[in-house]
Amino acid sequence: MSFTSAAFLIFAALTLLVYYTVPKRGQWIVLLVASFLFYWAAGGGYLPFIAVTILSTWLCALGIRRRDRLDEAYLAEHKADMTKEERKAFKNGAKKKKRPYLVGGLVFNFAILGVLKYTGFVLGGVNDLLSLFGDVSVTVPSLILPLGISYYIFRSTAYLIDVYWGKTEAEGNIAKYALFVSFFPAVLQGPISRHKDLAPQFFTPHKAEWSNLTEGGLRVLWGFFKKMVVADTAMIAVKMIVSSPTKLTGMYVLFLIILYSAVIYGDFTGGIDMTIGLSRMMGLRLAENFDHPFSSHSTQEYWNRWHMTMGSYFTDYVFNPLSISGPMKKLSKWSREKLGKTVGMRVPVYLATLITWFLTGLWHGASWNFIVWGLLNGAVILISRELAPLYAKFHKRFPGLREKAVYGGFCALRTFFLMGSIRILDCYRDVPVTFKAFGSIFYDFASWGDLAGGKFLHMLGLELWQCVVIALATVVVFLVCHRSKTKPVLTEISERPWLLGGVCALLIVIILIFGSYGIGFDAGDFIYQTQF
Amino acid sequence: MNEIIEILTELHDDVDFTTETGLVENGILNSLDIVAIITEIDDRLDVQIPAEEILPENFDSAEALWALVQRLDEA
Amino acid sequence: MKTSNKIIRASALIIPLLLVVAFLICATPILQPKYITASPEGSLTAEYYDAVKETKHDVLFIGDCEVYESFVPAVLWEEYGISSYVRGGAQQLVWHSYYMLEDALRYETPKIVVFNVLALKYGEPQKEAYNRLALDGMEWSETKVGAIKASMTEEESFTSYVWPFLRYHSRWNQLTAEDFKYAFSDKPTVSDSGYLMQTDIVPATEGQETPRPLVDYTLPKAAMEYLDRITKLCGEKNMELILIKAPTNALAYHWYDEWDEQILAYAAKNGLAYYNFIPHAEEMGLDMSTDTYDKGVHLNVYGAEKLTRYFGKILAEEHHAPDRRQDVELSRVWNRRVAAYNERKTQMASVSQSKINP
Repeated sequence: MSFTSAAFLIFAALTLLVYYTVPKRGQWIVLLVASFLFYWAAGGGYLPFIAVTILSTWLCALGIRRRDRLDEAYLAEHKADMTKEERKAFKNGAKKKKRPYLVGGLVFNFAILGVLKYTGFVLGGVNDLLSLFGDVSVTVPSLILPLGISYYIFRSTAYLIDVYWGKTEAEGNIAKYALFVSFFPAVLQGPISRHKDLAPQFFTPHKAEWSNLTEGGLRVLWGFFKKMVVADTAMIAVKMIVSSPTKLTGMYVLFLIILYSAVIYGDFTGGIDMTIGLSRMMGLRLAENFDHPFSSHSTQEYWNRWHMTMGSYFTDYVFNPLSISGPMKKLSKWSREKLGKTVGMRVPVYLATLITWFLTGLWHGASWNFIVWGLLNGAVILISRELAPLYAKFHKRFPGLREKAVYGGFCALRTFFLMGSIRILDCYRDVPVTFKAFGSIFYDFASWGDLAGGKFLHMLGLELWQCVVIALATVVVFLVCHRSKTKPVLTEISERPWLLGGVCALLIVIILIFGSYGIGFDAGDFIYQTQF
Repeated sequence: MNEIIEILTELHDDVDFTTETGLVENGILNSLDIVAIITEIDDRLDVQIPAEEILPENFDSAEALWALVQRLDEA
Repeated sequence: MKTSNKIIRASALIIPLLLVVAFLICATPILQPKYITASPEGSLTAEYYDAVKETKHDVLFIGDCEVYESFVPAVLWEEYGISSYVRGGAQQLVWHSYYMLEDALRYETPKIVVFNVLALKYGEPQKEAYNRLALDGMEWSETKVGAIKASMTEEESFTSYVWPFLRYHSRWNQLTAEDFKYAFSDKPTVSDSGYLMQTDIVPATEGQETPRPLVDYTLPKAAMEYLDRITKLCGEKNMELILIKAPTNALAYHWYDEWDEQILAYAAKNGLAYYNFIPHAEEMGLDMSTDTYDKGVHLNVYGAEKLTRYFGKILAEEHHAPDRRQDVELSRVWNRRVAAYNERKTQMASVSQSKINP
């Protein structure tokens, strides 16, 4: 049941209707039932997997809570009699005692993710190695990959770690916890909301409020516009370019960078708009996942603005613990002694950065192109950090430049193209092919000749009007986003009744007529849903 | 408190850490600095800052950092 | 908030949305293909309803282009007094045929059902476009629901049949005057009782090339199952089912002997008559240098008339299709249909002629 299918629209509408008619105490049960129906419709065979993850993380979290309560009670009773050192030692001991629950839960769930998602990739690699030694190979089993597994495992493991760290209350009711993990608007492509932010909202009563319904509804429509008018139309050309990497080179690859940026932006932010908008219609506030990513002046900034809930997951639960872990501290000490302070200080952080980005790449998909994509992102971030002093010198030389709009635009464009170039690894799905195609931008100038003859559109598989639609829609999205940096446009619109009605009407007509859907438009699925 | 200022000044000698209250928010400290600070505090003050305490509000000023160290040391 | 404000607020949203609904209601018939100048085959399904409301038929043809380009009900009436209708369709697959019959049974129960067997070679939906040609014009009933479900290719959605706007939304830049003219008014009929006239003459050029051998000559199970359903339905309603194979046998649409044997066996097993007209082409006077409009793939009107006369005789003599020329009411209707047929023939023939001698 794709978000853009008629079935989903009816399903969502019915859920909303029931949600607001049942007694307020039962609202969360409506969501739980709807979520399981939705997930069941996505594939009945997936249900046992999400159930196992829910059950295991729920139990481990309860184990941690039980230990916490025992230790707190002990401490409350004996605090006065203990010295500071004793208290410290006790706390450390307490941490050690609850650690097995955390480690057990994490290992178990990441093992599931690892086996289901990465077995094929690993065994494929093994076979490549074996083939060097002759005609031997291992059979690669075909395993099912439950939809949204990367997201729900992240959501539930984040919960478990947060309980361990004392950042959120462990949930006693498994049904309530199951809703947090499986909440249907977010189960397939996030955002990865944190338990302490999202869970309490489910269990407070929600009245049908005009502002929630209209602003949420408008946001859903806006998401549809970005997905169906921008992303799915541009996707036609992306598929054409990607399908002939040896013929459509040079200029086409440059266009691929631009077009695929439009695709991924429209597809992913559009999908998240639908998720957040629909949740908002239920009176729920989900974590934002994007904050004007294409306005970023640097890669680091881009990753603070793009897929933010994933980024913060990796920062909070991978990079931070890793970079200050015991072994890293030892490495840090060693490298500072041996390599001097400047270099030594960097070793552990840089290593942690690269490991984090390696894992980020791997999370996006079980293949080399994603791993290289992740490592390249990490490398760009590290290199630009090393260049920071140079930039500082440059700006000292030309004071005031940093504040100039032109310079800001230049930086944003530079980041856009840098990120876009790395991102086409995601299109070709093959590392050497991608590099070859990218390289052709710099020597295959003959391809620019196609622009003059009108051959260009034909090669992209687009009609002129589709190009006009993409271009106009992109301008609209850009203007709305630009203005939203200071004033949230959608909120502004939904506060003016006639404007709201007019915009909704216009959006519906535009989406229905110019949207790329149905026969002849091979679109539909969300990129960030299908590969996860 | 002085140790904290000392550690911070070793990293960035061009910042007045007694007054600045937006160290993370304004991008003065990056992840590299945070890790360095945590390592130094462990070395010099024997206080281990755990990962869950790496929050902007704990690193935004020397004062906040000192409060964190004291809280962790208090146990 | 005051109630009056609430009303304004709500109407500010509801009124534009109602306008959208109104727009979409109007836009749908405009965007839908009219199937008059281009792909007139798409009009065949719908044209039946007007005809059957006028008069009932004793013989009903179902099948692919080999029925609607081969049998002329006007000739059957004139020569034998048989009241017939052709419910054929472009690449009408067996399940289409089955549902066309089921659909017709909602209005009438013919005595004889004639089914052309060529489509039995297809065991699965071939192309979305043919589904739309066959089904867009069908009246809504349980039969249509079944027909859609049986026909849909993987990429199609049921919703787009319920609301064809979803299928044709991107046609806005291909609209012609015809689309607006006939969006809300009756379309001219493109067929004569389901016969789609062709008056061009483009002689066959093929020699005696051997057709490409096949790996497997077994007619697909799915197709044969629907043939079974047709047979069963005819049995239940006391209609005689006659299987035929049109006399055309172009290389691209070759009718293999191996297939013929299977049909013969099937007919024998179920006690059905089966006429393969291919070996009788000469006997009925077909001449592929004048009787085809597309190099021998289909018959033109001259060929179709010859075949119709030939088959009409069989229908009348061997299957006792009634001669109803004594029926005054029916004669009135058929005389009008025959006149329309003749008029179309004269007109189209002169157009064809002018193509040759401009």
